Amino acid sequence: MNALLAVMRRDLLMVMRRKSEVLTALFFFVIVSSLFPLGIGPEPVLLRKIAPGVLWVGALLATMLGLQRMFAADHADGTLEQMAISPTPLVVLVLGKVLAHWLVSGLPLVLIAPVLGLQFDLDTEALGVLMLALLLGTPLLSLIGAIGAALTLGVRGGGVLLSLLVLPLYVPALIFGAGAVESHISGLGAGGHLSLLAALLTLAAFFAPWAATAALRIALE
Amino acid sequence: MSNRLINWFKFASPATFYPLAGKMIPLFWTLAAAFGAVGLWLSFFVAPTDATQGEGYRIIFIHVPTSWMSMFIYMVMAGWAAMGLSLNARLSSMMAQALAPTGALMAFLSLWTGAFWGKPMWGTWWVWDARLTSELILFFLYLGFMALQASIDDPRRADKAGAIVALVGVVNVPIIYFSVKWWNTLHQGASVSINKSPAMVTTMLWGMLLMALCLWMYSIAMALTRVRAIILERESHTDWVKQLNEVKA
Amino acid sequence: MNWNSPAEFFAMGGYGLYVWGSFGICALAFVAEPFLIGRRHKEIVRTLRRQVVAEKLEMENT
Repeated sequence: MNALLAVMRRDLLMVMRRKSEVLTALFFFVIVSSLFPLGIGPEPVLLRKIAPGVLWVGALLATMLGLQRMFAADHADGTLEQMAISPTPLVVLVLGKVLAHWLVSGLPLVLIAPVLGLQFDLDTEALGVLMLALLLGTPLLSLIGAIGAALTLGVRGGGVLLSLLVLPLYVPALIFGAGAVESHISGLGAGGHLSLLAALLTLAAFFAPWAATAALRIALE
Repeated sequence: MSNRLINWFKFASPATFYPLAGKMIPLFWTLAAAFGAVGLWLSFFVAPTDATQGEGYRIIFIHVPTSWMSMFIYMVMAGWAAMGLSLNARLSSMMAQALAPTGALMAFLSLWTGAFWGKPMWGTWWVWDARLTSELILFFLYLGFMALQASIDDPRRADKAGAIVALVGVVNVPIIYFSVKWWNTLHQGASVSINKSPAMVTTMLWGMLLMALCLWMYSIAMALTRVRAIILERESHTDWVKQLNEVKA
Repeated sequence: MNWNSPAEFFAMGGYGLYVWGSFGICALAFVAEPFLIGRRHKEIVRTLRRQVVAEKLEMENT
């Protein structure tokens, strides 16, 4: 537990020193979400329909921007190897890094999404569902993304390759996350979608750290 | 008695598997041709016209086999990759590498033939229903696997990293398979299942099964042919490769 | 037998484009794939032959 918190604190500290990276991803989310109403037209009915999908895709892309940051810096200066041979299980340290990544990349998206949702004329309840869905979904994105980040560590064309690997695995989160808001708006209730999202999160919380750790060991050989 | 039992593990070495594969390939091509001939004959000349879909339904005889193969090859590929990862066996990983392009091709053909079937029947080339979407994801998973392996220079690292991608993606295949049961969207429900008698005419069923067998034999032949090329590429520094007849001549 | 004439066979009851579009692309794929693998095999054999010859020459010259 101590090791987990220590790793989290360290990652957060490093991010605070270079805030620009994080803020860039956040602004990206804001800008991309604003592009759609500009491009498609301001008709409220249409905007309300596309809002869940657009905001979720924006969240996906914004999360992906920050994924490489998870392991790249530590890999470059040798810290990652030290983590691998430390007495603390590497899984714990990886989990710490994933949590730190989520706090920095995912949580801000959750907090700022309602503001963006207003752009799309979503009502308060829908905004609530959106926040809850993103709250469940963004950790899922960080967990799955960690696997991709570990696999593409130090590989040529890493960024694009990372997207190709990770986006197909993100699709269930997108479908259930956006679907939750849509089904709430259409009156069917978001319960089913949110439960499935929570189930995916639980599954990923168990398996993704192990997969990412295995991938890290492979990258460090 | 022990000298009558084949030591199968002998063939875990690329050097011994290479000639064995070479001998097996013509056999599988023959089987593929045989199954294909009978299957196509059933598909076009024996199976009757469908009541609702007319002659257009005959696409089923190539669409369903390619779909089945795309899922089956993925599972086999993931299995070989897992073996290569856990046993540290080079040849197993090479087999996974050899299967991927054929699997990706099957997934692509499944999507294409599905679209060509959907257009006259449902009025649209594509729809985002559960089964089509997960088959598309399967196609992307194949591409991701191939892209990752292509971009890592060290072959053993590429093998292991690819294995992780393949294994993480395995969870998608049951989703495709069960998607028609879980979500009642556009794609038709299961007509063929393991524990219930099929809801279709016998000749149609046989046509589908024989075409599936044909594609299975074809896929094996392709995988074996490709793995031989991969073996030569990756074992180029070894003596046995340099001693091969086709190289020495 | 289902067909009264070759024309009927190719027309497929009006669905000709779709049926032959499907079977056609598959036929194309199942010809292209073996061809491409064969080419890959020939390429590596060619490279290996050159390697063997180069090594032999190196042995003779040293």
